[in-house]
Amino acid sequence: MKKPAAKNRLNPGGSYWIWYALPAIFFYVLFMAFPLLDSIRMSLYTGTTNNFTFVGLDNFTRLFTDPDLFARYWGSMKNTVVFFIVHMLVQNVLGIVFAVLITQKNMKGSKLYQTIIFIPTTFAVLVTGYLWKLLLNPVWSKNALASIGLEALAKPWLGNEKYALLFVAFVSCWQWIGIPTMMFAAALQNISDDIYEAADIAGANKWQVFWHIKLPLIKPTVGIVTILTFVNNFNAFDIVFAMENVNGAPGYATDLLGTFFYRIGIAGQHPIGIPDPGMGAAIASITFVILMVGSLFVMKLTEAKE
Amino acid sequence: MEKRAKSLRLRNMNIGSHIVLILWSVIVMFPLYIMIVNSFKDRLSIYANPYGLPKKWNFSNYTDVLKSGDFFRYFLNSLTVVLISLALILIIGSMVSYALSQWRGKWSHGLFLFLIMGMMLPIKIASIRLLEMMRAFHLLNTIWALIPIYVAMGIPIAVFILTEFIRQIPNELLEASRIDGAGRFMTLITIVIPMLKPALATVAIYNLVPFWNDLWFPLIFINDENQKTLLLGVTRLFGQYQTDWSKVLAVLTLSSLPVLILYLLMSRQFIKSMTSGAVKG
Repeated sequence: MKKPAAKNRLNPGGSYWIWYALPAIFFYVLFMAFPLLDSIRMSLYTGTTNNFTFVGLDNFTRLFTDPDLFARYWGSMKNTVVFFIVHMLVQNVLGIVFAVLITQKNMKGSKLYQTIIFIPTTFAVLVTGYLWKLLLNPVWSKNALASIGLEALAKPWLGNEKYALLFVAFVSCWQWIGIPTMMFAAALQNISDDIYEAADIAGANKWQVFWHIKLPLIKPTVGIVTILTFVNNFNAFDIVFAMENVNGAPGYATDLLGTFFYRIGIAGQHPIGIPDPGMGAAIASITFVILMVGSLFVMKLTEAKE
Repeated sequence: MEKRAKSLRLRNMNIGSHIVLILWSVIVMFPLYIMIVNSFKDRLSIYANPYGLPKKWNFSNYTDVLKSGDFFRYFLNSLTVVLISLALILIIGSMVSYALSQWRGKWSHGLFLFLIMGMMLPIKIASIRLLEMMRAFHLLNTIWALIPIYVAMGIPIAVFILTEFIRQIPNELLEASRIDGAGRFMTLITIVIPMLKPALATVAIYNLVPFWNDLWFPLIFINDENQKTLLLGVTRLFGQYQTDWSKVLAVLTLSSLPVLILYLLMSRQFIKSMTSGAVKG
């Protein structure tokens, strides 16, 4: 290593430190910042590799006016919103409940519960999806459910257009619940004991303590968890790929923005099978804007007020 | 008075809370139990007796899967990608974080914000462009297409955690090493990096799980059998063994074992790391 020229100065400036930063800047800019921004530019083009032509906003117009395309796009958008709402109601509400239970005073075995709740989070979504696909198959579930008198529940839920999306969403909640649980638990542990003692003296019951003290104090964490869920759900793909297929079977009932984007921009639609990268980039750009605007909105809403 | 003490003791046992948490623990463990137990049965007995322990432990599913050779190759590909990516993130991340914590100039804070912004950016949005880039670089259909993307994904969290950590190292310590005649680069290697170990572990674990479990980028980049990662291989084997669920379950168990074992060995560290980014899961 060459001795730095500026050795005598107390602390060298940017012309020295930039060399330490360059490798990181190189990877980050070339493989993250640039492709993200350039994807937006690509949404103004049509064609395939090495043969792109500029078409202005044509992809966006087509996406919203071509009846077939728009039907699928709107369908996947609606499914994604439902998918997100299920996560908020099931995953994040249960996450808060578990976090409150785990962080209670005198709670025994809370470490063990945390370890168990977090296990599925370390699994690949693909593995979880395949596993539950087998478990939900009536060939298998029939015997078990019959033995507890619930044979009526052993149905091919994943093939049912009405319920498939819900079951896929439940499995996803089952997997990810560890993240909100642990984030809420960490936030709750940061609340000082004095506040609880004050509430205890004032005669507040557990529900009042939760609603009036704990929840307002963990509001910023609620915001972070909401944004996290939002971003992940609007990019979800693996779970549908594993439990159904990239067409969002049955009958597009589980088609999410992630699967729609994959079919249009990367794999190519049946029956033509030729991907349309420009259109894919247009879909991704809209998702990007939705995520940015939505995240900023949630951040504003859940800011900690002094 | 005695009655009250007793009811207080009962309340302190949190019986209701335990019931809820035990119920959820069963819901978590049951599928995993089914996965593992049934991977030791044979093709037909998993339908007749899906929930009990196997009457005869059958290891042939595992030996068949491992003997086919494909699984081992997929595993090795994944291991290569994950280890190289993590090593690069830790080296590059330490360097840039060292610079950002020492360099006091008007650009330094801006660069810090620019780099950690990536924690909030969903990189899948850039897939179309990345696909074209990898095609242009002739990296499609190779595991080398994955590494630069994973490195780019890992840098924001590395900067976020490591910069804060290095700032807490007392400046006198760094200066002392400088007085001893060590250059700034040697100070980084001999003083800073050894002290960074716990933070480096956090960064490594935070990235290990999503890299090992990534399906998306291997799926869109790699078609070639020889270059497939473990999860991509699992999708192939799932289709291939679809009529033999016990083998499928052996594949699923084998593919999740490495991370699961690491997790069970250091679950505290995993939970802390994986929720440390706060903005990305």
